[in-house]
Order: sequence, then structure tokens, then C-alpha cells
Amino acid sequence: MFGFLRRTWGVIKRPSVHYSLGALTMGGFIMGIVFWGGFNTALEVTNTEAFCTSCHEMRDNVFEELKPTIHYSNRSGVRATCPDCHVPHDWTNKIARKMQASKEVWGKIFGTINTREKFLEHRLTLAQNEWSRLEANDSLECRNCHSAESMDITRQSKRASEAHERFLFTGEKTCINCHKGIAHELPDLGQAGLLNGH
Amino acid sequence: MTMKQAFRKTLALGALALAVTASPLLAQESVATLRGGTPLAENASPPPIAPVKNTDLRQVRNYPEQPPLIPHKIDGYQIDRNANQCLTCHSRTAVEISQAPMVSITHFMSRDNQFLASVTPRRYFCNQCHVPQGQTRDLVENGFVDIDQVLEYVSGQEDN
Repeated sequence: MFGFLRRTWGVIKRPSVHYSLGALTMGGFIMGIVFWGGFNTALEVTNTEAFCTSCHEMRDNVFEELKPTIHYSNRSGVRATCPDCHVPHDWTNKIARKMQASKEVWGKIFGTINTREKFLEHRLTLAQNEWSRLEANDSLECRNCHSAESMDITRQSKRASEAHERFLFTGEKTCINCHKGIAHELPDLGQAGLLNGH
Repeated sequence: MTMKQAFRKTLALGALALAVTASPLLAQESVATLRGGTPLAENASPPPIAPVKNTDLRQVRNYPEQPPLIPHKIDGYQIDRNANQCLTCHSRTAVEISQAPMVSITHFMSRDNQFLASVTPRRYFCNQCHVPQGQTRDLVENGFVDIDQVLEYVSGQEDN
């Protein structure tokens, strides 16, 4: 093992015999572009709604539930796609989330939620995962689009403006505390211990 | 039965038969329906969905037993076996935070008038009785007056 490392180090340390310095640097540069570009392209492909809904688990359950909600169809036609809410936009956090998602690949391969019944059985757990993630990061994904600074509460209904003043602006609560079940159906709140809201 | 009586009876029956056969024709021309002028075999294009009042101000009840109107939008509120999103604000324990009116205590009563720990299943589906007010014209003319106006009218009559 140690001998192998020493031999490898020897090869790396020695100047190149057959290739010119120019060919090596240019080759390295081009391969760098290819690899990095390829990695990022692949990453972005997995970050699209088309990719998410290419599996029936997402297409037939959660995506169908999203369709009638305001985040899918609304008066201005601006819409949130799956990764807007479920994947951080910032690169470091995105990579961290993508690494966690390897467990979801495992779930896909072994069919953890491959029927409607299994999905409903797991709905509470799945929802709680997302709720706790958003509670922990102060509803980061909501705030990619909705910012408290730009929120004009005079344009809101009385009820909404009062609630935002009392809970959002004071930092007492974060978006997800009150806005559960806005994009997908709620699980059994009795089981979740959330029967009385908030 | 005299001849005259028999003749009258025949005449009456004839008139009745005529009335029965002619009435649908008459009705089609004179009775206004919510369908409008669209022929029966065709579908009318529906009117645009009216927006609802979202003032958050409680409305007067037209009679004491009227289920109060919902003074806000309820678009997409989930009310099913899993969750009741109305109760996330209107339940007994949520009102301290939400400052929303609590579900009436009558909603805790079973049909045997026993008070239960929470909203009884027969009162669980809020929008069976409670609805938001659409911003729309009356579909038909409505001459409803509430009891106060009736009493006022009666006392006015007595004074005269």
C-alpha cells in the first residue's frame, strides 16, 4: 500500500517525457471545463420539475396536489416548481441537500412509496421531514421569493397583516409554522400532534 | 244527471285537458329560470366566478339561527379526515394565538345534547353551513325582512 503511494507520487513528481507542457495545461483546462460543466449540467437537470415528475411517485401524488394551489396556478402566472421549495438555491446548501437526497434514491430503488397506499402511509413522515427542515433553516426556500422587507402589509387583508406583524416581523414564528399544507395536502394532524394548529 | 250537467262536465274536462297539454308551452315562454335563454339541449357558458368578500369584518346575521358568514377567503382550505384548516385558527385552543372567534359551543354537542371534548363529527365540515359572501348580484329578487323590521312594522300599525 505504502509502496504504491510512493510509486504514484514518483510518477506525478517526474517531468513529463512525451507530452509538452502546453498540451498538458491545455488538456487539463479543457477537461476541467468538460467535467465541471458536465457536473453542473447534471446537477441542474436533477433540479427541474420535469425530472421530479418523471417518477410516478411524485407525478401521481404530490404534483397532482400542487396543481390546484396558488403556487402552481395564479393570476400573474409566476410559479414555483418543485426545486424552488425543496432544494436550496445557494450552491453549498444545494450540494448538502443533494447529498441527503441519495437516501431518496435508495427509497426510489427499493420502492418505499411506490404505491398510493404506501405513500399515504408515509405522508406524515415525509411532511414532518420538510416541516422540520424549513423550521430549522428559517423557511429559507420560502424566503427565496417572499421577503419580509418587501411585504407590503397594507396590501394584505386585516387578518393577514395582523398575523404577519405579530409573528413574522417579530421573528417569533417562521413561514412554515402557520403555512403548512399550502402546496400539498396535509397528513393526519391528529397523529402529528398538531390538531390545534400552529 | 241532466243533459245540461253532463255537457258542463265535458266542457270542464276539455278545458282541463287543454290546460294540462298547453301549460309546458306557456311555461317555456313566460317563466324566467336561472338557466337564462339557452335552449335545454345546449350548455350555457357559465358566468365568471364572483370574488368573495375578504374584509375580515363580521357580518350581521339575518336571523339569529343563521350560520355566520365567513368574512374571508377560504380558497384551498382542506377539510377532510386528515385535517380541518378552519380549526387551525378557530378551535378552542388556537384562538389565543389567532384571535379568531372560537367554534360555537353548540358544535361540541352530540345529537343527544351531550358535550364532547372537541367538535362533533356532525359539525366537522364547516362549509356545509358556513360560506363566504360572494360579491355578486342577487340571482332573483328577494323581499326578505328580518324580525326587527317586522316588529317595527307591527308596532307602527298598532300606534295608528
